[in-house]
Amino acid sequence: MSTEPKDTTYRDAINQALREEMLRDESVFLMGEDIGHFEGAFKVTKGLLAEFGEARVVDTPITEAGFTGLGIGAAMAGLRPVIEIMTVNFALVAMDQIVSNASKIHYMFGGQVSVPMVIRMPGGAGHQLSAQHSHSLDAMFAHVPGLKVAVPATPEDAKGLLKTAIRDDDPVIVLESEGLYGKKGPVGGEDHLIPFGQAVVRRPGRDCTIVAHSRMVWVALAAAEQLAAQGVEAEVIDPRTFRPLDLDTLAESVRRTSRAVVVDEGWPECGIAAGVAAHLYEACFDWLDAPIGRVNSADVPMPYAKNLEQAAIPQPDDVVRAVLATMAREVTR
Amino acid sequence: MSPSPPPVPPPDEMREIFRTMTLIRRFEERASEEYMAGRIGGFLHLAIGEEAAIVGTVSALRPDDPLTSTYREHGQALARGSDPRAIMAELLGRSTGICGGRGGSMHLMDVGRAFYGGYGIVGGAVPLALGLAWAARYREADQVSVTMFGEGAANQGVVSECFNMAGLWDLPIVFLILNNQYGMGTPVERAAAVEDFYPRAAAYDIESWKVDGMDVLAVRAALSEAARLAREERRPACVELLAYRYRGHSMSDPDTVRAAEEKERWKARDPLVTFERVLLGEGIMDADAIAAMQAEVDGVVDDATTFARESAEVPVAELADGVYAQPWNDDPRGSALVRP
Repeated sequence: MSTEPKDTTYRDAINQALREEMLRDESVFLMGEDIGHFEGAFKVTKGLLAEFGEARVVDTPITEAGFTGLGIGAAMAGLRPVIEIMTVNFALVAMDQIVSNASKIHYMFGGQVSVPMVIRMPGGAGHQLSAQHSHSLDAMFAHVPGLKVAVPATPEDAKGLLKTAIRDDDPVIVLESEGLYGKKGPVGGEDHLIPFGQAVVRRPGRDCTIVAHSRMVWVALAAAEQLAAQGVEAEVIDPRTFRPLDLDTLAESVRRTSRAVVVDEGWPECGIAAGVAAHLYEACFDWLDAPIGRVNSADVPMPYAKNLEQAAIPQPDDVVRAVLATMAREVTR
Repeated sequence: MSPSPPPVPPPDEMREIFRTMTLIRRFEERASEEYMAGRIGGFLHLAIGEEAAIVGTVSALRPDDPLTSTYREHGQALARGSDPRAIMAELLGRSTGICGGRGGSMHLMDVGRAFYGGYGIVGGAVPLALGLAWAARYREADQVSVTMFGEGAANQGVVSECFNMAGLWDLPIVFLILNNQYGMGTPVERAAAVEDFYPRAAAYDIESWKVDGMDVLAVRAALSEAARLAREERRPACVELLAYRYRGHSMSDPDTVRAAEEKERWKARDPLVTFERVLLGEGIMDADAIAAMQAEVDGVVDDATTFARESAEVPVAELADGVYAQPWNDDPRGSALVRP
């Protein structure tokens, strides 16, 4: 490869992970809608059909419940399927397979078989796709014991977490972000795996901890820039996986800053931000100087109109306001 | 189409088929008693009346052909040779249960005997069976995946999805529709636009036909042909078995919906009674041999029940064991929570 590491997009990072793991392990195969000849709705699987052939890069009918279940059965037989669901929105028709089968089979049958599969899918809003194509359902998957849930924010994580997911013996949901496929950054080499359950500090700070994942990491970092201009140093932490959740790193930060804001593109009720905040209250109550703030998408179906959609999804300004609120300060601009 | 007339199994196998059918009947009857005595909890779905469908199917397969089923699956495990002790212990929720007390009646599995489980969501296991067939083909192995589900499940969308993929990709799978004519309390005529189910598979270019599910030899012959198509010609097949369960949907169903006359009509075709007649008629077993076999089977069921009752409960300390095959960090429970 002659390209500089800095040049790798999130999309190509995922492609590299798939390719490297397919070369490494013949039991890895890909299955999904339009992933072969069409090379993926987001071109994530570009070139893989040509390299690995139709036995290992499988175009399916539009039949998410069916092929997700097929992947589970193949994984029970010891293969390592990587199922692409075109977007998280279509996972809803496969939820019975994911929740009643994939997550349960190891426990329910007393550990006789595991389900070493990956289901990867992008989600998120911001492209004026309206209510049915803009979901962030991370909380639904994180709710379920038996699943592991990875939420990469950078090309490096997209590659490293996916490689870990493919080698993992449990069903792993990898939630990508439609808004991040073009994001560029350095990526690790063939042996660079990112372990699950290790949060990373994206920006150090002393005044308030911002917990954010996936595309919201970038929203939080933009907010942290604005805050720095006002003399507030926010620490941005990315959990990277929700099952397992690295609560130690989050709690350590909050005990240091005494303030926290959780940013999540999903809805507020019973969501990721609510769950993380509950953990932090339990772990850090005596250290907190203010109620934990939450920044979520508005509690509405996603609207189509551009101005409404932008108002509905978390923006850097929303995060700035939430952080300042934990300091009993107003926005000064 | 109809398969060519079956080769009748040799006498030893005929006796073994009858013993397995008897074992299932007696095991189910005992499970019913244990449930009424409060020792089995949850749902308990009995397969009494469906013994021919189960044993005819399993006897036609190779022991390494992956088999999946619904929640009415004690018989499939018994027919595959799983230890009756471990099955009864699972029903009683004991640590010696075949799934360690995690699955119960609806979720038996014996992966060492290629029995890939009983599943509680109607139609939900059919795509898993498709995946097991996929894996066999991926590895260029010659196993045939066989999945048993009811006519009620045939109305689930995901089953049609699986027919389509099996037909599209020529996967080595046999869809076995056990049409016992009732989805819980709803008869077929109130649930299906067309009362035959095998034509649905035929619509996806899958060889399919219907046979008498009360006749163990007819079932065995049909499954032999279906498995041959899948194994040798690498084509999917679908067999619909017309059968009847003699008990309600589960133990909590008092079975007041179905007419007594209908039940009596089907009981006259009891698969055990009719097969016993065949064995006696052919001189394969006499009355004494049958009585001896029944006594032996009763002993097995007694032993399994005693074993289950005397087995230890599952230690509560093990509640969270096994949620993950690969737990993380130093917490064997794989819990996300940090406890003070």
